[in-house]
Amino acid sequence: MNNPRKAVALISGGLDSLLAARVVMEQGVHVEGINFFTGFCVEGHTHAIREKDRARPKRNNALWSAEQLGIKLHIVDIIEEYKDVVINPKHGYGANLNPCLDCKIFMVNKAHEWLEAHGFDFIITGEVIGQRPMSQRKDTMPVVARDSGAGDRLVRPLCARNLPPTLPELEGWLDRDKLFGFNGRSRKPQMALAAQYGFEDYAQPAGGCCFLTDKQYSVKLEDLWKTRGTREYDLDDIMLLKVGRHLRPRADFKMIVGREEGENRFMEGYRKRFVHMIPVSHVGPLVLLDGEIDDAAIELAARLTARFSKGRDAELVTIEVNNRKGGSHRLDVTPIPADEIPADWYI
Amino acid sequence: MSETRVDARNLLCPMPVIRTQDAVAGCAPGDRVSVWCTDPGVVYDIPAWCRVHGHAVCDIRQGENEIIIEIQVGETD
Repeated sequence: MNNPRKAVALISGGLDSLLAARVVMEQGVHVEGINFFTGFCVEGHTHAIREKDRARPKRNNALWSAEQLGIKLHIVDIIEEYKDVVINPKHGYGANLNPCLDCKIFMVNKAHEWLEAHGFDFIITGEVIGQRPMSQRKDTMPVVARDSGAGDRLVRPLCARNLPPTLPELEGWLDRDKLFGFNGRSRKPQMALAAQYGFEDYAQPAGGCCFLTDKQYSVKLEDLWKTRGTREYDLDDIMLLKVGRHLRPRADFKMIVGREEGENRFMEGYRKRFVHMIPVSHVGPLVLLDGEIDDAAIELAARLTARFSKGRDAELVTIEVNNRKGGSHRLDVTPIPADEIPADWYI
Repeated sequence: MSETRVDARNLLCPMPVIRTQDAVAGCAPGDRVSVWCTDPGVVYDIPAWCRVHGHAVCDIRQGENEIIIEIQVGETD
């Protein structure tokens, strides 16, 4: 018996990539999944950080998809290489700091490199023409194939019949008639196909799987770049943008205020990197200070920290201030009144 | 048969899964890998990753702030 052809499927954890892989598996192709971790992935992080989500069963949807399909899933850390996509997107940003077209090109390119290293034959994605305004348009889908280097080894099984035949179709590895011609934003054809395959409880589309599509997150990232004077970032930077209230009371420093116990616990891991403070006379948040921290900044931040504590109406709140070297001192401060916090301090 | 310890503490998923994957890649069938984590999500994600790759989870020990997952490496390719 001939060895089956081998395909690597980009598995995001959403319905489309799950279906695309399954459609190809139906044709006797050996499929393995690949999932890329950029650091901006929504997947899992907010569950892990926030206390209120802890009781909710949590799963990695890409791994869940792989289990449904019965395939291996290779999760690849692309945090470092992905920075160039975020900082210098050749095709620009979408509505926020989401470089969707460059991102898709980059990921397909990485999948193509993986394919060549592992002796696989072609790449599968769950793209559907017209599904996304930037990366999944009729005019941009050929750009992804071309600029990624995947060329005609890139197969989009859900909309293949709306596109020119690819190598696997021309070579007879795939029967084009058994691929699909979905297009547009409607999810009904995918939901019908999911029902046909018996897939239930799949991840619902919820406005993207990437924090860069989120307006507030993008504003915080822009603020980080602007105040540092460079668009560089590391994983800790982008993780901390997912956590807490962010306030910039002065141009040269920012406060990250834990909103609940889960966030406070997560932020504790950063105590050695930041000057930080916590109320000790009343229950209150852990606060990290980022930037130029002089005595005036500490005084102002302490009054704000008191404001976010249970002692907000007290005359005085005692705040413990800790420096990066492990030293600490206490300050008794008056909580700043709510109407003295300008709205534009909130990032 | 070797034993490898992976320190994935203070990392959020999927990083502990990626660290586990990297450690297992250098192991032979039957080797043991223990993964030390703090993200509670690992009790779902690492066993799921093991299931799709054919490795066995031998034990999951959960302390107040630390989770240790013991894995026996299955057939690798």
